[in-house]
Amino acid sequence: MDSRAILAEMPRLRRYARAMLGDRAAADDLVQDTLERAWSRFAQWRAGSDLRAWLFGIMHNLRVDQLRRGVLPTHALDDDTCEVPTRPTQSDRLEVMDLESALRQLPDEQREVLLLVALEEMTYAEIAVALAIPIGTVMSRLSRGRERLRLIMEGRQTLRVVR
Amino acid sequence: MSPLNISEDELHAYVDDVLAPPRRAEIEAWLAESPEDAERVRAYQRQNQALKALFNPLLAEPLPEKLQALAVQALNAPGVENLAGDALGAPSLFSRWSLQRIAAGLLIAVFGGVAGWLGHGQYQSAERLAQTVPLSRQAAVAHVVYSPDARRPVEVAADQEEALVKWLSKRLGSPVSPPKLGAQGYELVGGRLLPGNAGPVAQFMYQDASGQRMTLYVTTENANKPETGFRFAREGEVNVFYWIDGKFGYALSAGIAKGELAKVATAVYDQLEAKK
Repeated sequence: MDSRAILAEMPRLRRYARAMLGDRAAADDLVQDTLERAWSRFAQWRAGSDLRAWLFGIMHNLRVDQLRRGVLPTHALDDDTCEVPTRPTQSDRLEVMDLESALRQLPDEQREVLLLVALEEMTYAEIAVALAIPIGTVMSRLSRGRERLRLIMEGRQTLRVVR
Repeated sequence: MSPLNISEDELHAYVDDVLAPPRRAEIEAWLAESPEDAERVRAYQRQNQALKALFNPLLAEPLPEKLQALAVQALNAPGVENLAGDALGAPSLFSRWSLQRIAAGLLIAVFGGVAGWLGHGQYQSAERLAQTVPLSRQAAVAHVVYSPDARRPVEVAADQEEALVKWLSKRLGSPVSPPKLGAQGYELVGGRLLPGNAGPVAQFMYQDASGQRMTLYVTTENANKPETGFRFAREGEVNVFYWIDGKFGYALSAGIAKGELAKVATAVYDQLEAKK
């Protein structure tokens, strides 16, 4: 285990940060801060424990700090910022855009748990450790997040039919 | 609640496929009888799939420049191989990054504060940045960086003026010397060598009786540029008069009123003309 193990997590950290924040530049800033903090605290990582959960925990704490300060980073838009990765067809793109904006409407703590489950495929127990919350809280946030996302998406579909 | 005592938590565990097979089969059988819950569970499963489809392409995306640079630094850092076992290695590695980040941040903050183009500058490569910095702005940045420094405003102080002139002339490849501005109330503090767009530039610093500082920025990189008369620029709190004369570019910067600065700039110009 050396720093390469941390670097190997970089793509996953980026994917999660991007899904969490929506904004590419802000997400990459968060990943950078996370890596720097991880290196500075590497001594605190207990060998044998889950490196990924530890890293996501660091990212979570940084994000909480950001929100607490009430200062969200702002960035100039470049051409790439607005690109959303998509599968080929036009209708797919609409659905994908829909999902992303629906995701934005979830409260932070619900979106966070949902993404750790769906994207990272972390166990509920790992998430509880990473976020330093009881597992019951993980479950209730997951439950509320999923249901809310479902209702938002279904609401959209209904609207579309009416139109 | 179902007769099987299926909890909401278990439904989610079913969605995420983390149940033991026997329990999974039980819940599957129950869902077959409960169309509403079954639809809800399918919707959650579709969420998982759709989120992966949406964000997984990011895994294959090349890392942006700054993260790549971070990775390269990490891998090239001495002692990186034993970082895990070496608790002392991590802080030193970190502090090096911190310093670099702080330095980069400072530079950007100075540019931002002076010129208000912070957001723009962050996304340009260093090379492009340097190419696009006009004389007045370079001079103003150098002014705000060095003039507030109480203890080390210059590299070579005025009491070694001869050495200063010799050194800077040698480094710039052309004779440069600080004008005498005593008549305008400004005495030479000293000077320093700075990096310009493509090579060395000189900065002379002056100070009046009240401690107000003024800097004269001298470049020799202007061979291809047309000569200009006096130009004035306001960069944040700093007023700058600048002009190009042959290959020389001069910029006089201070946080004083335009009219007052103009008088000194005229004196500088006259002295330089007289020397020709």
